[in-house]
Amino acid sequence: MPEPQIRIVLAKLGLDGHDRGLRVVTRMLRDAGIEVIYLGLRQTTDMVVAAAIQEDADAIGLSLHNASHMTLAPRMVQALRDADLDIPVIIGGIIPDHDLQPLRDAGVAAILGPGASAAEVAQAVRSAVAGSAAV
Amino acid sequence: MTDDSTAADEYRSAWQAAYDQAQLRDVAFSTMSGVEVEPVYGEGPFPGQFPYTRGIHASMYRSRLWTMRMFAGFGTAEDTNVRFKDILRNGGTGLSTAFDMPTLMGRDSDSEWALGEVGRAGVAVDTLADMEDLFADIDLAGVSTSMTINGPAPIVMAMYIAVAEKTGVERAALSGTIQNDIFKEYQAQKEYIFPPRPSVRLITDLMSFTAAEMPRWHPVSVSGYHIREAGSTAAQELAFTLANGFAYVEAAIAAGIDVDTFAPRLSFFFNAHSDFFEEIGKFRAARRIWARWMRDRYGAKDPKSHMLRFHTQTAGVSLTAQQPRNNIARVALQALAAALGGTQSLHTDSYDEALALPTEEAARIALRTQQIVAHETGVANVADPLGGAPYVEWMTDEMERQAEEVFAHLDHLGDGSILEGVYAGIEDGYFVSEIAEASYRFQREVNAGQRIIVGVNAYTDGDDDAEHNLLRIDPAVEDLQRKRLATVKQDRDDTAFQAALARVRTDAADPNVNMMPALLDAVGAYATLEEVVGALETVFGRYTERPVI
Repeated sequence: MPEPQIRIVLAKLGLDGHDRGLRVVTRMLRDAGIEVIYLGLRQTTDMVVAAAIQEDADAIGLSLHNASHMTLAPRMVQALRDADLDIPVIIGGIIPDHDLQPLRDAGVAAILGPGASAAEVAQAVRSAVAGSAAV
Repeated sequence: MTDDSTAADEYRSAWQAAYDQAQLRDVAFSTMSGVEVEPVYGEGPFPGQFPYTRGIHASMYRSRLWTMRMFAGFGTAEDTNVRFKDILRNGGTGLSTAFDMPTLMGRDSDSEWALGEVGRAGVAVDTLADMEDLFADIDLAGVSTSMTINGPAPIVMAMYIAVAEKTGVERAALSGTIQNDIFKEYQAQKEYIFPPRPSVRLITDLMSFTAAEMPRWHPVSVSGYHIREAGSTAAQELAFTLANGFAYVEAAIAAGIDVDTFAPRLSFFFNAHSDFFEEIGKFRAARRIWARWMRDRYGAKDPKSHMLRFHTQTAGVSLTAQQPRNNIARVALQALAAALGGTQSLHTDSYDEALALPTEEAARIALRTQQIVAHETGVANVADPLGGAPYVEWMTDEMERQAEEVFAHLDHLGDGSILEGVYAGIEDGYFVSEIAEASYRFQREVNAGQRIIVGVNAYTDGDDDAEHNLLRIDPAVEDLQRKRLATVKQDRDDTAFQAALARVRTDAADPNVNMMPALLDAVGAYATLEEVVGALETVFGRYTERPVI
């Protein structure tokens, strides 16, 4: 029996317009057989939650490049909890080492840095979804 | 044969005459072994001669080195003011301002959208009061200021003028550049506010205003840098940027401004990436294309209208988070390409910029890197030293050929107008998808190991895991800035600022009115950036991108 297809919502929160990384990740995940709902720029946590419900998403991927990850990523996790959704949040972008553990403590499922390969990105999504389903 | 040699003689003697007129720097133009070198080699047209492929000045860096202009901005206006005064004390004459993301998007620090981004990637400016702090105790008649802002550029320009006039400096005495290039926002950087057509009206309003009242100001810096950072090829960067430049020229001509009035005040901003000869070919081709189009298509007569002047920044996107000190070598080679390509000014990136805003130490190494290129390598002794080399000339021709294909496409899309072609290319997603495609192709090649990035997909040993010393912005900045804004709002005259905002709305509704006087009124009454943007939005609307992959 084939594995059920994973669906992920990809978005950029806030004002940051650096969308090159998120666009490349979208293509990488599609090539790896993962369905991507690309919301694009200037999303709020509420907009992402609404899309996750509507699209029955298995995971949420955020790209953060403006040093706003410590504010925005935990807010995303909290917004999902508030909506009673058990959906893992994966973040990618420029995240300094000293912020990694606090982000994990805040409930971020996986963190991808610059230079992550297509295989690593797809694997991180699959593991996060599997981990979340197992809990 | 005779004609050819006569033409060659004419190029040579005209160049010699221009060179003899030039003031030279007081240094030895010889190699470190003492060999005297000529100011230029090879064939004409020489530097300073149409179509300026070889450079815009006869004597190039023998007269004046490129300007070493380093970009700075973080935290509150007061923090950046301290860094500015430091730069001036160390002999700098150019200030370059980075604004934070909320400011770039026309949002105030107390906006819900600004959460987590206030003062992070640049300085926060909400009202004229912040601009007063930013330039406190700096003589604005004695510096040249570059402001990197686009969507809200005319409002921020109005604030700068207001600060100057409050300190007794006339607007005509102000010198500097405001980026104010909206097309590349829809195409690449994505910091747009209003839809394209009203945005272009704001730009032409500022161009008319500076043409009439601020002769030393550069009202638009047409920027390919961000197009390249978003993943375009070198030829796309060249083609899209120059097409945007042509589009502004057409818009200004349509607004009734004489081409030779504003064209000499246009400047460009390019990326210096890692493929050495491709970059040099790109810079040379840019000058040649601009000169030909300005003369032949737009009828510009002043040679200054034909000359493409540009600022360069090394490629932020080429910097790796892995083994970050390797970036010092990348930046040095990119800086060398910019110098060999004849840039007028240069910002060199700091090696830690893949990780955070640069520390002071990293920024100093970056500045030292371009000083080494300027003073130690000898490349500044000879203008266009690679001119005539078969590979370099071929690459220059190839960049031009690829760019002309794009111009033909846009000209066709716009039915004989590059301006309409650029609007159409924004609407139908042409630019965005071309750039995304190029960026994905490159990423796949890196993934497959067909392209080697040292420290990333090869030679990965030795990535030191030690935490690098990174600049951290105090999270208290956000609170401080919000309090500052609350005080300004409380202290201002409510009637005056409401009346000023009403005028902004009225003037915006009439496309024949220049917006600058109303904007000067509004900022002078301490209307916030977001309030002014909101007033304009009631007439112009707001742009959102269709999320197409």
